[in-house]
Amino acid sequence: MIVIRTPGGFSLRVHARALTVGAVGTLLALAVGVLAVGHGDYPMSPADVLRTLTGGGSAAEQFIVVELRLPRLVTALAVGAALGLAGAVFQALVRNPLGSPDVLGFTQGAATGALLVVVVGGGSTALAGAAAAGGVVTGLLIYLVAWRRGVHGYRLVLVGIGVSAILTGVNGYLLTRAPLMEAARAMLWLTGSLDGRGWSDAGPLLVALAVTVPVLLACGPALRMTELGDDAASGLGVPVARLRMVLLAAAVLLVSLSAAAAGPVSFVALTAPHLARRLTRAPGTNLLPAAVVGALILVVADQMAQRIFPQQLPVGVVTGVLGGGYLVWLLATERRAGRL
Amino acid sequence: MVLSIAVGAKPIPLAQVWPALTDPTAAEYAVVHEMRLPRTLLGLLAGTALGVAGAAMQALTRNPLADPGLLGINAGAAAAIATAALLFGVGAGAGQIWFALAGAAAVTVGVYAVGGGRTATPARLALAGAALNAALYSYVSAVMLLDAAGLERLRFWTVGSLAGADEDTVRRVLPFVAVGLLAALAAARPLNALALGDDSARALGARPALIRAAVIVAITLLCGAATAACGPLVFVGLLVPHLVRVLTGPDLRWLLPYCALLAPVLLLGSDVLGRVLGRPGELQVGLVTAVLGGPLFLWLVTRTRTARP
Amino acid sequence: MTSRLGGSGLRLAYERRVVADDLTVAVPDRSFTVIIGPNACGKSTLLRALSRLLKPAAGAVLLDGEDIHRRPARAVARTLGLLPQSPTAPDGIGVAELVSRGRYPHQGLLRQWSRDDERIVAESMAATGVADLTDRLVDELSGGQRQRVWLAMALAQQTPLLLLDEPTTYLDIAHQIEVLDLCARLHEEQGRTLVAVLHDLNHAARYATHLIAMRGGQVVAAGEPGRIVTAELVEEVFGLPCRVIDDPETGTPLVVPAARTRARQHGGRA
Repeated sequence: MIVIRTPGGFSLRVHARALTVGAVGTLLALAVGVLAVGHGDYPMSPADVLRTLTGGGSAAEQFIVVELRLPRLVTALAVGAALGLAGAVFQALVRNPLGSPDVLGFTQGAATGALLVVVVGGGSTALAGAAAAGGVVTGLLIYLVAWRRGVHGYRLVLVGIGVSAILTGVNGYLLTRAPLMEAARAMLWLTGSLDGRGWSDAGPLLVALAVTVPVLLACGPALRMTELGDDAASGLGVPVARLRMVLLAAAVLLVSLSAAAAGPVSFVALTAPHLARRLTRAPGTNLLPAAVVGALILVVADQMAQRIFPQQLPVGVVTGVLGGGYLVWLLATERRAGRL
Repeated sequence: MVLSIAVGAKPIPLAQVWPALTDPTAAEYAVVHEMRLPRTLLGLLAGTALGVAGAAMQALTRNPLADPGLLGINAGAAAAIATAALLFGVGAGAGQIWFALAGAAAVTVGVYAVGGGRTATPARLALAGAALNAALYSYVSAVMLLDAAGLERLRFWTVGSLAGADEDTVRRVLPFVAVGLLAALAAARPLNALALGDDSARALGARPALIRAAVIVAITLLCGAATAACGPLVFVGLLVPHLVRVLTGPDLRWLLPYCALLAPVLLLGSDVLGRVLGRPGELQVGLVTAVLGGPLFLWLVTRTRTARP
Repeated sequence: MTSRLGGSGLRLAYERRVVADDLTVAVPDRSFTVIIGPNACGKSTLLRALSRLLKPAAGAVLLDGEDIHRRPARAVARTLGLLPQSPTAPDGIGVAELVSRGRYPHQGLLRQWSRDDERIVAESMAATGVADLTDRLVDELSGGQRQRVWLAMALAQQTPLLLLDEPTTYLDIAHQIEVLDLCARLHEEQGRTLVAVLHDLNHAARYATHLIAMRGGQVVAAGEPGRIVTAELVEEVFGLPCRVIDDPETGTPLVVPAARTRARQHGGRA
């Protein structure tokens, strides 16, 4: 724990290990990012990439880096960070290490929106918009059904699971209604992919991050108090019901817009906060480390998806398989620790 | 049942159902015997299997929210089938059911390991199941993505439908469901004892480990067979025991047989509804049970105390 | 008798189930007030209302003459502390970290950890005798130690009023006395007003300076234990035939339940 104090009576307290993890994670994510930008049909050395990014390099290199490859990287970083943050918020809200948007139906809602567009027919902009709308509407629905003098963790969980099961049925049905070519495209989207993402995909999510991150960070201390239980948190002066609403809204916004940008990339929101907690060894919720780890996971997974297999895979396959494995391990250890 | 035979793309008046069944010269004989009858029989089998499996699971985990669909057992079977289709080219047929059983068994044991302990609350168990479901679902999606032909076939199957049924399917599923049913019914009495806790059960002369093993085998057989035949169906196994419990009370000796009777009624009813609503095509029964069962589930968790942690 | 915390005309209800109606209470300043009563008499509900966890369906809880629900949550939390019945410690949290969370209502985004915070946390830990546990994890502590750590957290909140919901449940007899002795010392030495819900009538009679006896959502009696604890009151509140004698240690009332044979005679007469 590091404390910084100024003569004016201001003071900041920082968890030293969390700070280190955050810094190292950011550097790693950027380093992998530079490698990622260098990778492709026109390979570039990291030095070339850095030179081009700082304004040097030929016009062709400028085009390749800034217009073709950088948007994908930025989308990956933004989606990863957004999912990491949202996952950390959800896990804190429902007080369970498995409470992630993949499990609670928000992701399925975004998928329903997108599939509707696929069945009706529409471009990728409409698809992204519908996905975002689907996520937000589902979030609203779950909140309304689960609301009863405030939203409690377990009711949110059960309602989310119920909604998720319904939507999975609906999604499966929508998938059978689409022509095969369209269905294949929809499957690709449903898995979550960063392929061919441009600046217009990253834009809305970046704006959402710019708005929600300050809000979430301001809520951070109060969120940590709710770990002591609702009663104790109220006793310490935390307006618990209002806090939940704000956090839920922010997290749903982040999840929906990341689904709009890259499709529902699975398990990043579940694993990032865990890994962050393990690395920082700090108790309770750590929003920023979760965001950093989320961004790192997604950038690395995207590189794996592009390089390991002969054919390029969508990044969702990699996160799904890795995340599924992590989940099984998590179920085993959490069970042993009695937290499940 | 009669309705299920009557309703379809070519409607048959109710009065003619019986002649169509028995009289080989009747005009509808072919339609009924080739398509409607197997479909109805399959619905019966799958419904029975899921209803009984649901009731047995709720008893085994002492958890009112246990359901083969929600806890990922059906998804486990689905994932195994998808794998089989991708790696070995095993299509719909004899091989499929073995893979489904293996997948169902793996997940049943896994979920039980998580949910059988004393610390697991209904909400936590449901969450663990949902997480497994999400993992398996994303795995199945990935498999479908890699294999376009598989996608064409599996996308219909993953919704859950009785449409593909023929006599072969029924014949293949029947022995598994029968054995599973017998095992579950035989375990009803000792499961009642187990409901009081391990120590009391032992004091009453039951052998907890043996009962559990028997019930897990039964659940695996029932869910695996049902999923192999008609895809992963949710909520049937969850809701039927709850509805029946209102009628019979918690005694499993009554609960299980009634579930075996009521669940197929529900499933066939959903199937008929899907065919009526979806004319001239049809809505898959999986969609109907999800859309009908989902709100009931939400009502259950928000309006009653079952879900308290 | 002055009172900073109290309520009048309170109707307390969960959903549609009314627990108490037209309830009026006042907590005397600088008292150690203990609320007693049989199960489901509304004592914990009253405490929840006093600590603004439960909003009354009618009437108002007043803190310093103002409706407690109209004041900002943090401002209330600087006056009124609460130790709930079963608070949860996050996994892997250390003792010092937990106690320091009591400073939350005094902190801000730019004032996260002042020298005052540091000093007060240290003082609270010393006052509850957990200073030597600083570097331990809360999960590793015994029940009594853990309860003292939670008390330290509530103390660090530095509120003149402190509410405790059954602070002795799940503790063995020695730890119960340890926690209650600590409460009594805090009350005497630091001049704080304490309000606690207790199950054990004899503990209540020994430690309280002001006793509120409830039954069926109503206050049956309130006042100094020595004055109000009688065999008649215990019979009326708990339905328990008993004798009340002087506690040989403290001289406070001691309730001795009637023996089985005598109780039957007693019941027969009634």
